[in-house]
Amino acid sequence: MDFPDELKYTEEHEWVLVEENIATIGITDFAQDQLGDVVFVELPDVGVEVEEGKPFGVVESVKAVSDIYAPLTGEVVEVNEELPDTPEMVNTSPYEDAWMIKIKLSDPKEVDDLMDAAAYEEFIED
Amino acid sequence: MSRVGTRGLALNEKLLFEHSDPGRIGYSLPNLDVPPASLDNDLVRDGLDGFPELSEVDVVRHFTRLSTWNYGVDSGFYPLGSCTMKYNPKINEVACRHPRLTGLHPKVPVPLAQGALELMYELQQDLAEISGFAAVTLQPAAGAHGELAGMLMIRASHEAQGRKRTKVLIPDTAHGTNPATAALCGYDVVPIASDGVLRAEEVRAHMDGDVAGLMVTNPNTLGLFESEIKQICDIVHEGGGLVYCDGANLNALMGIARPGDMGIDVMHFNLHKTFSTPHGGGGPGAGAVGVTAGLEPFLPTPMVDKTKQGFVLDYDRPQSIGRLRSFFGNFGVMVRAWAYIRSMGGEGLKRASELAVLNANYIRARLEPVFHLPYQTRSLHEVVFSDQDLAGGCHTLDLAKRLIDYGYHPPTVYFPLVVKGAIMIEPTETESMEILDEFCDAMIAIAREAEENPELVLSAPRNTRTRRMDETRAARQPCLCWREISDE
Repeated sequence: MDFPDELKYTEEHEWVLVEENIATIGITDFAQDQLGDVVFVELPDVGVEVEEGKPFGVVESVKAVSDIYAPLTGEVVEVNEELPDTPEMVNTSPYEDAWMIKIKLSDPKEVDDLMDAAAYEEFIED
Repeated sequence: MSRVGTRGLALNEKLLFEHSDPGRIGYSLPNLDVPPASLDNDLVRDGLDGFPELSEVDVVRHFTRLSTWNYGVDSGFYPLGSCTMKYNPKINEVACRHPRLTGLHPKVPVPLAQGALELMYELQQDLAEISGFAAVTLQPAAGAHGELAGMLMIRASHEAQGRKRTKVLIPDTAHGTNPATAALCGYDVVPIASDGVLRAEEVRAHMDGDVAGLMVTNPNTLGLFESEIKQICDIVHEGGGLVYCDGANLNALMGIARPGDMGIDVMHFNLHKTFSTPHGGGGPGAGAVGVTAGLEPFLPTPMVDKTKQGFVLDYDRPQSIGRLRSFFGNFGVMVRAWAYIRSMGGEGLKRASELAVLNANYIRARLEPVFHLPYQTRSLHEVVFSDQDLAGGCHTLDLAKRLIDYGYHPPTVYFPLVVKGAIMIEPTETESMEILDEFCDAMIAIAREAEENPELVLSAPRNTRTRRMDETRAARQPCLCWREISDE
């Protein structure tokens, strides 16, 4: 399983790529492996305000339906429009093709609360 | 005799559309004995392209063949956890099909429907006695509808007292419909972690002036009794909240413990699970709801009441949440429940719950040496294993598919979510020790197959009409009507 070093991670198994004040968000390799074949992804519209710790979307696999939680607070500035039509990308390319949303951060300090790759790997071992 | 389901002749069957032969009909009209009249042309449509034209025998064979592909409680063991797929005595089917009941029009005047109303009144009383509540409505059409009724009453109660409450607490062992119900009623859902059983201290830590109530399933989805329920109810009440209980698992409690006595304020019954209605095919069900005296004014209208002049439908309930269902609910389900309760009697219902719990614990005892049991607390009516100890790269889904080869309906899988790879088994009281032993032998045999010949398990089912379906493709590209199939 792969956990790129340049990303930050949450206990709810989302990854975050922070570039200046824009964060790109998706779910981790571990999350897609646990979910199994993903069949449906629901994402918010551009302009929606997401709040740290609150659900912003839904991912459904053959096993279960799960909320996707916002790792950070901010406004959605871009949504991966291709993902709802090709949800299998969550399984095949969780960190590249299956990015979900980009948000403009309202409080960049929140980033400090996220885990790095090593801490996340340790977290999922438990 | 081998326990493995053996192959027999399974007849293929085409779609009705594919049987069609133009001009073939399945009816004959009597000769016209009145002057002919025709419809306005604008009311007449052209023929439907591809609409099947069939004879009576075509249709009868079509559906009879399809029925042989089915698997139900009447065909065999159906340990689908959380669903209480018990055998439903046929006498209750006879009762609900009685022409004097089926011939009763729902708009008949109340004085001419006294028998039906008496039955409903008695069922309300019986359910109140079984559950320890002050009053019961029979109106909701199914379990989730009952939840909605219950949460609407909790909301109405807070509003009547001028209390603004925004949150509902829900433990991770509650039924999946509970958060949806709370959200539908406009509440924010606050999930609470449990260690298999919900702890009073955990509830206390989350309790504040914004909490409208707690939704708890007891016994919970792990089949465990919420042993701190009394303290939990006290804590919620002290904070001005109310407690909703999902009564889907009442089959474990009848005649032994009453939710009303535990401090619960409102609970729904799944009449179709616990009280003898065949289900699993999409209904209809019935989600009667019991409430304490404090919530009684908010019950939906109409309520069936008994007066000196006979049974009446009471619409004069100013604080009611209103009507939830056309007419009076799913009456046929009520008749079955009434007949079941009356034929079982109090002692019989208690015995049913005792045997349901005994059977689940028997399965647990036989399978615990082979399958991983994540929660060790004493089980009630169902037991949840995980796939952690399955060898050969086999998972819960593979085990479930292989059980089909052995002639069983698989248990509930991947639920509850608190158990990774959950295998949730609810045998119910209606199964004999021989059936339970055969099922356990099959489970143990599959665990051995996973070690010795995993390919057998990974490629199951092998004895069925069709092999393993592509569930992922079915979900990603649902193909729901004949036209879509025929265009491919």
